[in-house]
Amino acid sequence: MTGEAELATPTGTPEFFDALLEDDPNELYENAPCGYLSTRPDGTIVKVNQTFLTWTGFRRDELVGRRRLQDLLAVGDRIFYETHYAPLLRMQGMVREIAVDVVLSSGERLPVLANSVLKRDAGGEPMVVRTVLFDARERRSYERELVAARQRAEAAEARARELAQTLQSTFMPPVALDIPGLDVAGAYHPAGDGSEVGGDFYDVFPTGRGTHAVVLGDVSGKGADAAVVTALARHVVRAEVFHRPSPAGVLGVLHEAVRRAYPERFCTAVLVEVAAGDDVVLTVCAAGHHLPVKTDGTRVDRLGTAGTILGMLDETHLQDRRYSLEAGETVVLYTDGVAEARRGREFFGDRRIETLVAGGAGRPAAEVAEGLAAAAIDFQDGRPRDDIAVVALRRPS
Amino acid sequence: MGVAERNNVVVGGRPDGTPIVFAHGFGCDQNMWRYVEPAFRPSFRTVLFDYVGAGRSERSAYDAERYSTLGGYARDVVEICEELDLSDVVFVGHSVSAMVGVLAYLDDPARFKALVMVGPSPRYIDDDGYTGGFSRADIDELLDSLESNYLGWSTAIAPLIMGNADRPELGAELTESFCRTDPDIQKRFARATFLSDNRADLARVAVPTLVLQCSDDVIAPVSVGEYVHRQIPGSRFVQLDATGHCPNLSAPKETIAAIEAFLAGL
Repeated sequence: MTGEAELATPTGTPEFFDALLEDDPNELYENAPCGYLSTRPDGTIVKVNQTFLTWTGFRRDELVGRRRLQDLLAVGDRIFYETHYAPLLRMQGMVREIAVDVVLSSGERLPVLANSVLKRDAGGEPMVVRTVLFDARERRSYERELVAARQRAEAAEARARELAQTLQSTFMPPVALDIPGLDVAGAYHPAGDGSEVGGDFYDVFPTGRGTHAVVLGDVSGKGADAAVVTALARHVVRAEVFHRPSPAGVLGVLHEAVRRAYPERFCTAVLVEVAAGDDVVLTVCAAGHHLPVKTDGTRVDRLGTAGTILGMLDETHLQDRRYSLEAGETVVLYTDGVAEARRGREFFGDRRIETLVAGGAGRPAAEVAEGLAAAAIDFQDGRPRDDIAVVALRRPS
Repeated sequence: MGVAERNNVVVGGRPDGTPIVFAHGFGCDQNMWRYVEPAFRPSFRTVLFDYVGAGRSERSAYDAERYSTLGGYARDVVEICEELDLSDVVFVGHSVSAMVGVLAYLDDPARFKALVMVGPSPRYIDDDGYTGGFSRADIDELLDSLESNYLGWSTAIAPLIMGNADRPELGAELTESFCRTDPDIQKRFARATFLSDNRADLARVAVPTLVLQCSDDVIAPVSVGEYVHRQIPGSRFVQLDATGHCPNLSAPKETIAAIEAFLAGL
């Protein structure tokens, strides 16, 4: 034999037998380091050990035949006993580790963990319930701390979610989109459960020279760091549009702003200046972004040229292109949350977008925008992995 | 997803029999009826189900707002009756489901033939001139108890591989599923139950109704059962010898006999 230490009190010595005799079954029952209760199936106490009496301060004759286990519990725990403990015990023959408070004779409470076993007679009828109770003061205060910590964590999570949603809502115009003579609408859906702020944004606003600006973009990354850049992007565009009649010029300034302030971030965007008079003229610049789709229901065109991503390289290639928007035509801008929506290895893709947009030509802009977003979400079984932003612009026929 | 799947509806008995729907109360699931429902199979079409959020119902269908009042649970009952195209329904509700049955009946009276209320209480908290048996503080304590059994509870619902040495027929597979409920859902159900007040609805019940009252029931005291009996016109009141709140478990034979006697007299 190796590795076993010599026992201090070897078996067979007088001291060993003294300890063994002291711990006869009755002594073990009465003074066990836990409370023992035997009850009838209805809870009436029929036997109780000394440890339980010592803990609770009751005399044996106050309990045996007179009180039920549930009578000794605090009221809330008594409901728990009736609705959970007793039914479970009856159905599965046992319950374990149930946390309840025993009300002591002094009125104070003793937190315990209770385990019960139901013993049935030969005919299968319930006969006696054996319950063992462990003093759980320390454990219960520890568990209460855990519960409190969990509640704090949940509250913090709720606050973070609310903050993310508030922040996110500033990336979209707070009012319904409006360009006189046109039908315009946006749709936005956050990634996942919406607990994290994404990088998509859009905006529609008057330029101050009789035209309107429509911008839609996507900043790399997620969370608060990305949100800072998204806010910058939206505000730079808002400010620059007023004195720059060229979308390419505005996006050029945004490029510089992002590159200087946040060298590790970049963004893509489409900016359209809409001059809506007798004719509707769109001036389009795309920067590293999916080109807007224009359709009359039959023909599908892409607007603009593929410009460079903003904030990434030193040089930019950004170009303005002019198009006329005829009566009955619709233009749709969207982020990669739509185009790159994935199901397994398959992407939602440009072809699907064009088919959907063409199919929706002539329908209200809100239907087209929401319809495209919903199709992209459905494609991912209802759980978008990236933000989805869509703006649709229609010239009624 | 269909309602039958959502509510884990289990249909038994005679397909051409009068439908008898058994509804479980707060704290458990359709297993509460395991000793009672089989007795009705020879002459009835028996229907068991779990409320959404309880037992083996479809958890993804859980709507916190809908199930924050008893009306949401009553919707479950009506929708199950609609899905199965039941008429002349005998509704047997235990505990809070006795009142859920009243609400379901008021929602769609034509569908119901009779109500059996096992341990009913239209209001658990004392009010002026009314003794429900509990104070608001008691109910807060229950919510606390559910909270502190969060950890213990997850153990209680974990698979109990030891099974039942003395009742091997129950097996380990079943013990695993008894009364499974998410603690947050439990607390919402507890609030919906114990903060409800449906006293005013009782007088509107106009189908034969049986009130089954246990002796010595902490949750629904005899005086409350008698109140329900007085408020529902023409209702029958039967005092059981069974004690506690779950005669369907502790005294199934007596419970079955009382329901059968009531139904035979319809």
